[in-house]
Amino acid sequence: MAVDDATITEVQLGGRRGGPDVATLRTDKWWKLPVTTVAVLSAFIVYATWAAFFGTSNFFYAAHNLLSPFYSPCLGNICKTQGVTTSPFLGWWQLSPALIILVFPLGFRMTCYYYRKAYYRSFWRSPVACAVQDAHSTYSGETRAPLILQNIHRYFFYFGLVFNVLLTIDAVQAFIWPGGGVHMSIGTLVLCLNASLLWLYSLSCHACRHLCGGQVRNFSKHPIRHKLWKFVTPLNAKHMQFAWMSLVVVAMTDVYVRLVASGTITDFKIF
Amino acid sequence: MADLTMRIWRGDQDGGELVDYEIESQEGEVVLDVIHRLQATQIPDLACRWNCKAGKCGSCSAEINGMPRLMCMTRMDQLPDGPITVTPMRAFPIIRDLVTDVSFNFEMAKRVPAFNPPPMPEGGYRMQQIDVERGQEFRKCIECFMCQNVCHVIRDHEENKANYAGPRFFIRYAELEMHPLDTNDRRELVREKMGLGLCNITKCCTEVCPEHIKITDNAIIPLKERAVDAHYDPVAWLGRKITRRTKRSAAEAAADRP
Repeated sequence: MAVDDATITEVQLGGRRGGPDVATLRTDKWWKLPVTTVAVLSAFIVYATWAAFFGTSNFFYAAHNLLSPFYSPCLGNICKTQGVTTSPFLGWWQLSPALIILVFPLGFRMTCYYYRKAYYRSFWRSPVACAVQDAHSTYSGETRAPLILQNIHRYFFYFGLVFNVLLTIDAVQAFIWPGGGVHMSIGTLVLCLNASLLWLYSLSCHACRHLCGGQVRNFSKHPIRHKLWKFVTPLNAKHMQFAWMSLVVVAMTDVYVRLVASGTITDFKIF
Repeated sequence: MADLTMRIWRGDQDGGELVDYEIESQEGEVVLDVIHRLQATQIPDLACRWNCKAGKCGSCSAEINGMPRLMCMTRMDQLPDGPITVTPMRAFPIIRDLVTDVSFNFEMAKRVPAFNPPPMPEGGYRMQQIDVERGQEFRKCIECFMCQNVCHVIRDHEENKANYAGPRFFIRYAELEMHPLDTNDRRELVREKMGLGLCNITKCCTEVCPEHIKITDNAIIPLKERAVDAHYDPVAWLGRKITRRTKRSAAEAAADRP
């Protein structure tokens, strides 16, 4: 049967349902996961907002070439005040460069298939946990605006790759100190860890898996795409873990750079 | 001495209630064993659907302490202390006691445009092993319909039932879409009429699947990405306009054939 000839039969299957009319009969601690998710994501949102709007100093430690990932690439006039080589672009921008930069990682995470699950459950309670009643009386899913925009996730993935390249360059540049020579410090390792986790998060993305080879019907006709798909599929299985680890580490990297740049702690030199 | 309380839903289309039954526990039992002992000793009129007792027929789906599970695969010693609540699947109309009318799923099954291979070439159809392996996971489905039951799109919103295939049939659509010999393009059908966009990927279907099929990661999300290819991606749309290709032309399907 061809798709065009498919008959769509009407489904009329109403009737009383079994079981008591309660939100859930679950007896386990199903609320622990959504509460934890709300706590961690809220903490990140509060911190990232503070860092973007008000943390416009101490985001760069010139002596060891450590730049906060929230301010990379450093655009706008404010970078001059911290000793960062200002990009020729957006020199007129007087506000925090993080306000421009964070739109892309934020969009990538907001439209990410894993984070969608996390915030639909925890914040929107639709549903808050499996077999627990949806908190809303009507439901249209991702069929209407604004949630239909979740379908542009792959474009945020592309932008995310650009930022991964920029943060990798930052991590490499952190080995080259202004005084000359190649050195390594705890801060260098922190920047490397941050860049690595962001790469793992991006490469394990469902859109990446699809674009690598998931979209083909016939693996045997596309051996290179099949190899790429086989490479990213095990990463994809760990997407949730990479999502959380990269989120926490990117915030901790920013904290570390600020603490070093403000002189609160010393960036220990390894060699 | 009775040391176990089974709280079971008794009722039909006219209504019902949870009723407590006291029974002695026995070592090594699953929930279905206790239900059968209750039938044999106290409530011979208790309605319960079952068949294989081995987790392979998908008949004894119910909700145990509020979570969809197979009664034959749920060990009593792994449940917490206290009364054990057993209720019928919540998303489907009740027939009696623990038995529900799952006809919704059969109606949705009828809607799936069937496998549509090209004319048989000389020597028969041939497929490479890597293409065969891809769909194997989806064929493990035992049609217990617990994924359909737990999906809040229809569990909590009856009005969506008319236009929502549900996780069990999304894996069928995905299997067919990934089949190298199939010539149908179901992407628009799934997006427009089967409610793919209603799924908000909260992964409850994957959590309850007794066959551990990665329904969301391996079927629903790939289908969503294919729907993006066919409908939402502006660059893909522009590419089709420039090359004047249909979304999946017959020539493209023919080129993909092994």
